[in-house]
Amino acid sequence: MSAQSNPQVTKPEPARKIVWFKMDIRAYSMIAALVAIWVLFSFMSDAFLTPRNLSNLFLQMSVTAILAVGMVLVIVAGQIDLSVGSILGFTGGVAAILNVWHDWNTIPVIIATVLLGAVIGFVQGWWVAYRAVPAFIVTLGGMLIYRGLLLMVSNSQTVAPLDPSLRYVGQEYVTPLLGYVLAAVAIVFVIFNMLRKRSARRKYGFELAPFMIDTSKVVLTAMLIMVFVIVMNVYQGIPVPFIIVIVLALLFTFIAKNTVFGRQVYALGGNPEAARLSGINIKRRLLLVFVLNGTLAAIAGIIYTSRLNAGTTSAGEMMELDAIAACVIGGTSLMGGAGTIFGAVIGALVMGSLDNGMSIMNLPSYWQFIVKGSILILAVWVDIYSRQRKKHA
Amino acid sequence: MAAIALEMKNITKEFPGVKALDQVNFQVKQGEIHALCGENGAGKSTLMKVLSGLYPSDSFEGDIYIDGKQKEFQHIKDAERAGIAIIYQELALVRQMQVSENLFLGNEPKRFGIIQWDQVNRESERWLREVGLRGIKPDRITGTLGIGQQQLVEIAKALSKNAKILILDEPTAALTEHEVEILLNILKEFRSRGVTCIYISHKLNEVFDIADTITVLRDGQTVATKPASELSEDQVISLMVGREIKERFPRAEATPGRTVLSVQNYTVWNKDMPDAQVVRDISFEARSGEILGIAGLMGSGRTELVMSLFGAYPGKAEGHVELDGKPVKFQNTGQAIRAGMALVSEDRKKDGLVLGMSIQNNLSMPSLGRLSPRGVIDENREVKEAWHYHHSLRVKAPSVETIVGTLSGGNQQKVVIGKWLMTEPKVLILDEPTRGIDVGAKFEIYTIMNELVKKGVAIIMISSELPEVLGMSHRILVLGEGRKRGEFHYSEATQERIMTAATGGK
Repeated sequence: MSAQSNPQVTKPEPARKIVWFKMDIRAYSMIAALVAIWVLFSFMSDAFLTPRNLSNLFLQMSVTAILAVGMVLVIVAGQIDLSVGSILGFTGGVAAILNVWHDWNTIPVIIATVLLGAVIGFVQGWWVAYRAVPAFIVTLGGMLIYRGLLLMVSNSQTVAPLDPSLRYVGQEYVTPLLGYVLAAVAIVFVIFNMLRKRSARRKYGFELAPFMIDTSKVVLTAMLIMVFVIVMNVYQGIPVPFIIVIVLALLFTFIAKNTVFGRQVYALGGNPEAARLSGINIKRRLLLVFVLNGTLAAIAGIIYTSRLNAGTTSAGEMMELDAIAACVIGGTSLMGGAGTIFGAVIGALVMGSLDNGMSIMNLPSYWQFIVKGSILILAVWVDIYSRQRKKHA
Repeated sequence: MAAIALEMKNITKEFPGVKALDQVNFQVKQGEIHALCGENGAGKSTLMKVLSGLYPSDSFEGDIYIDGKQKEFQHIKDAERAGIAIIYQELALVRQMQVSENLFLGNEPKRFGIIQWDQVNRESERWLREVGLRGIKPDRITGTLGIGQQQLVEIAKALSKNAKILILDEPTAALTEHEVEILLNILKEFRSRGVTCIYISHKLNEVFDIADTITVLRDGQTVATKPASELSEDQVISLMVGREIKERFPRAEATPGRTVLSVQNYTVWNKDMPDAQVVRDISFEARSGEILGIAGLMGSGRTELVMSLFGAYPGKAEGHVELDGKPVKFQNTGQAIRAGMALVSEDRKKDGLVLGMSIQNNLSMPSLGRLSPRGVIDENREVKEAWHYHHSLRVKAPSVETIVGTLSGGNQQKVVIGKWLMTEPKVLILDEPTRGIDVGAKFEIYTIMNELVKKGVAIIMISSELPEVLGMSHRILVLGEGRKRGEFHYSEATQERIMTAATGGK
């Protein structure tokens, strides 16, 4: 500390460290946990690691994953949403009613349902942001209200069967050929993205990673994509809902990491007062977070209804808890301010794998509750423990 | 020669990669007030954590003797039993509870597990009297007391546990001059009754007011232990920083330019009591190339005034404000920032920083709009600008990706200032810019202020430390009870004149 040296900049050249692996240790440990669970199940049941079952698994986890993607932003903003299960049920029910009773076509049904989700999110977000009612209460109320509305509009009946084109969203697989085309598009995108990042870094005079390293990262990613598509194609192709999950996860990762809105949500979750004094319109951001969450819940609702080929009155029950658990297992802090979309999707995959694996092993369903509950507590403990270690180091 | 109440011998404490304490010796005599001085990071807090049992006795080397007997503490409770009580900078009181409940928290007099409330209340009154809180009823809700009074409650709590050695860590950081005076008098009274006291403070005038002995730590080592009468403030400072500081307040030559911010007849109403005015009919001007100091006791309305000007105070406001000659009225902080205002708030942890975020993300927080064409952050540009301020403010951290919560107070404050510099403000308001940071970092912050003044920024600085106001400002505005009580050019201002004006004397 030199109190008298003049405050001239001594080292003016900007440095930007090369980040070899952008994902932190936490992301790796989550993937490791997932792999461990898969290995365990594959030892216990031959049926687990088959293309057919994996395809099934990705299909099953899609709804939870979409709910979790929206929930991450809510929790990062320091809020909670207990109503997504009921929103899913209500919007899914409305979709079924429009399609079956009112003969609406698939596209208008989807548009109307998604809009309905956004409106519900807007209403809840308004209560939270502009009327300062705690989100826990608003969404607990919402959980009851939307379940009630579902029973009202459906006369407590199951609404079925859906139009075949609406079933495509939740049940179908893309043809193997289209699967390969999508894989190619994805790989081109990865390469393009790498080149774009390099040229941007060069423009600012930052250090560049050796071309070989970046290339091998791209090759690795491309290989993962190809393996995934090939495995899926051995069965029936990539499940449509899972493609929706990937698109939404990429979109929301971009929103969270690269947009002003996303950054501000993390800031206001970390310290609302500091965020407010930095000129961030907290209320408007919170409102938008809830709108996005409601929208995603509606998308999940369409997929769920489409997969069941029916709108049922119990659709989405307890799913808010699965979504929250997926976020938390994926490293989202319930204190707000920290969490990733990627982690939440992995979290949903962990939850889905546990469900799937245990039902393959024909374990009684009560075990699923007990094991999932225990894993949730364990995951949070590991997180807290590793954070404490870091703090003392 | 008084008996030795506490002796710490050859204490060495290592963290991975850092030696926080290196063979520290520390000796405190029975019944004295012993000041512990040192820059942030010198090892004061670590030493006190060792003493309070926060670090179990096998995690460091060295011995602790109390009244000549060797002690090994595994837990804080062990140290408490040995008569050691620490009062931390951050108050550890439950604000929602009654004073009496706080006093006996964790130590309630019980019979068969049932709390004896009569006894609690009786003894509470006694302990409150002991620390000079005569008028306070034991059933007052703690949060309704002033910070100074809460501090005294905390001391009463320590005394009620039979503390023999009282450790105060920066007790006056959040106190007004008047409250400081009360606290120091009580400590002096304790001394006359034989209570031993270790006093940690950056405020050297307080240290010299009450301390009998001063120990200076630097870089984890004991540099000196001497009677206070044999040292001067300047000597202590040079012992702390390891070199001479010629001037503590490097006031730059003022180059007053045009009026940037003009405030006429400004009145602000209390956010909780809409009938009460916290700022009454204040007029002043801030000019570019000049530091305007605002002095006043706590509760004088100075924070409310600047918060309201910045669009951050919820209470109603009235008056005429012009920025660069244009009338303005900010509804929220976003408008104020876009118009060229910046406010470094009083409490950096609560209001200034997102502690879990990186330096870079904190720095760019108010400037994201500028860095983000079409709402998408240009991360390369963000990194580049973050490094620029990281270097020019000399933040001590390996990278802009370092998490802000891990930095020292002085470096955190630099990040807060940097965050506002990045918005390229015309008016920079600093509310208590050097609170709780050490001498070296203070000097660096003054230097930064001078740089800005030279660039033509108008600075408004609020400070409770009169020497700082006197030493850095070019003009000084004195507030009292929400009113403007005087305005001085620095050449005509003295501590006495400012205090008289602030307290409403003539």
